[in-house]
Amino acid sequence: MKENEFGFVEDPRYRECEREALYGILLGVINLAVWAIGGYWLGGGSAEDYSYIMGFPTWFFVSCVANSALAIVGTIYIVKRRMRDMPLGPMTEEEAAEYVLAGRRRS
Amino acid sequence: MSGLRWATLLPIAAYFAAMYVIGFYAMRLTNRASLDKGGCGSTYMEEYMTGGRASGGFVLAMTLVATYLSAGSFIGGPGTAYTHGLAWVFLAMAQIPTGYYTLMVLGKKFAIVSRKTGANSISDFLRARYNSGAVLIIASLSIICFLIAAMSAQLIGAARLLQGSTGLDYRSALIFFAVTVVVHTAIGGFRGVVFNDTLQGVVMTLSTLALFAAVLSRGGGVASIVQQMKALDPGMITPYGVQEGFMSVPWVSSFWVLVGFAVVGIPAVAQRAMSYRDSKSLHSGIIYGAVVSIVMLLGMHLAGAFGSVLVSDISSGDLVIPTLITTLFHPVVAGLVLAGPLAAVMSTVDSQLLVVVAAIVNDLLVNYVNPGLKTNLRALRRITVGTCLAVGAVTVALAFDPPELMVWLNLFATAGLLSTFLWPTILGLYWKGANAPGALAGMAAGIGTYLYFNYLMPRPLGLHPIVPSLVLSLAAFVVVAKMTKKPSREIIRLFWGL
Repeated sequence: MKENEFGFVEDPRYRECEREALYGILLGVINLAVWAIGGYWLGGGSAEDYSYIMGFPTWFFVSCVANSALAIVGTIYIVKRRMRDMPLGPMTEEEAAEYVLAGRRRS
Repeated sequence: MSGLRWATLLPIAAYFAAMYVIGFYAMRLTNRASLDKGGCGSTYMEEYMTGGRASGGFVLAMTLVATYLSAGSFIGGPGTAYTHGLAWVFLAMAQIPTGYYTLMVLGKKFAIVSRKTGANSISDFLRARYNSGAVLIIASLSIICFLIAAMSAQLIGAARLLQGSTGLDYRSALIFFAVTVVVHTAIGGFRGVVFNDTLQGVVMTLSTLALFAAVLSRGGGVASIVQQMKALDPGMITPYGVQEGFMSVPWVSSFWVLVGFAVVGIPAVAQRAMSYRDSKSLHSGIIYGAVVSIVMLLGMHLAGAFGSVLVSDISSGDLVIPTLITTLFHPVVAGLVLAGPLAAVMSTVDSQLLVVVAAIVNDLLVNYVNPGLKTNLRALRRITVGTCLAVGAVTVALAFDPPELMVWLNLFATAGLLSTFLWPTILGLYWKGANAPGALAGMAAGIGTYLYFNYLMPRPLGLHPIVPSLVLSLAAFVVVAKMTKKPSREIIRLFWGL
């Protein structure tokens, strides 16, 4: 296994961990965007001109209700499709090499 | 108040009794587990503080959500939504990411690192990463000051709730409630807290669903309620609220930082990301966490906002939820539903109490005063439980007759903790260049600028002060870390190596 600039083998699990963290941030940013656009673009006019979905003003339905559903669906997708099971305890070099190989076989 | 309402009080008392049973059960598990693993002080600490890292997915999600959702989300927030309408629900939904975000961002890396370093708390993590007495002492003091204030405020909220709904007087209600929380935390440790949080998470969910359903059926469905709200004041159904200029766009958007993305920096929340058993538990925990937190946040805040057409003229925001519950339900059922908000407070306070105890015993006492305790199980156990009871007593004393200072500190509690912990945790985990001087600069800049903005510029650039202070804190951290010595090779190797 390759050594880094400090002269040791880095824990191979961190690459997946960091990618998974990025997915979390990405979903957060999408939720924020839907919230902001739904709330301030659809809800910007006067209350007299609002349209309604299932009784809620459209802006509220999009930014809060539909956005919540989006967060749940997005979370399930990321967890089921994009996250990898891994041991959490300390690893030996052999176990790390085995882990990297298993990752290659998966993809 | 005219006498006690026993029909409502008895279900609550039965619920509290269950907390004690769980606490004792957890105490026996913790003692047995630490004796099985050799019976020295440090295994006891790991068992008491992280439950031996054995939480499964459902338990992980429930304890995380129940810890994070407090009196604010179950009493104060819905109360404000009653006044400001859908705009406040909109603001509260900046917390949509809460359930998944923390666990995804800290993720498995945090769990792996905490196993490599044997960290039981966020302070242990910071000590291993920065190897600096100053960082650790600032972190511990920040935890002790801010969390004691935060806990007192939670206790005040719960005592008022009990007072308003059962007819107990304020001080009896406070003691009744506080003794239950403190005793079950002291004897049960993290395991007891996690078991309780799980039960409380379930109670909170059921209570939210019951209240929301009752509000909907009494109000005649969503469409009818929304039109009645519009008739009260058109501002009730816009994202700007009823009060001109209060809910401005930059200020409301700032809540995505304060209660959304930056929640990663709250010590009691981060501690949960160390405690799960394996990656499968984390995966299911993230899904449960996302669903449960969203259901509760949306349900409770909507119940508060919709409540404005059912009950009019409630004087104090904190009374909205108890008034709705006692109006809508039969007294005995009301007792069961009220267990929800009480559980929200209890599950937050018990976790915070444990973090404060960890800061005092684990960070300050064992490290600086008497390192010999690490090998002495019995003495460490006595001191830990004693500290827990003592901190509990201080908190109750503050809530008994809240001083000005306490109210003031509580305002800063969440923001103060975020300014202290967010960047040292995140950068320590993901950036090899993060070092002690950088962390110190970041903490000082974060807390300092937050206080400055709060006093002299309440809405800098229209934002909530937490946003610019976290930005400045990040800048100070990175600049100072770049200018000073890199962290030692041993630390980098411990964190990033195998």
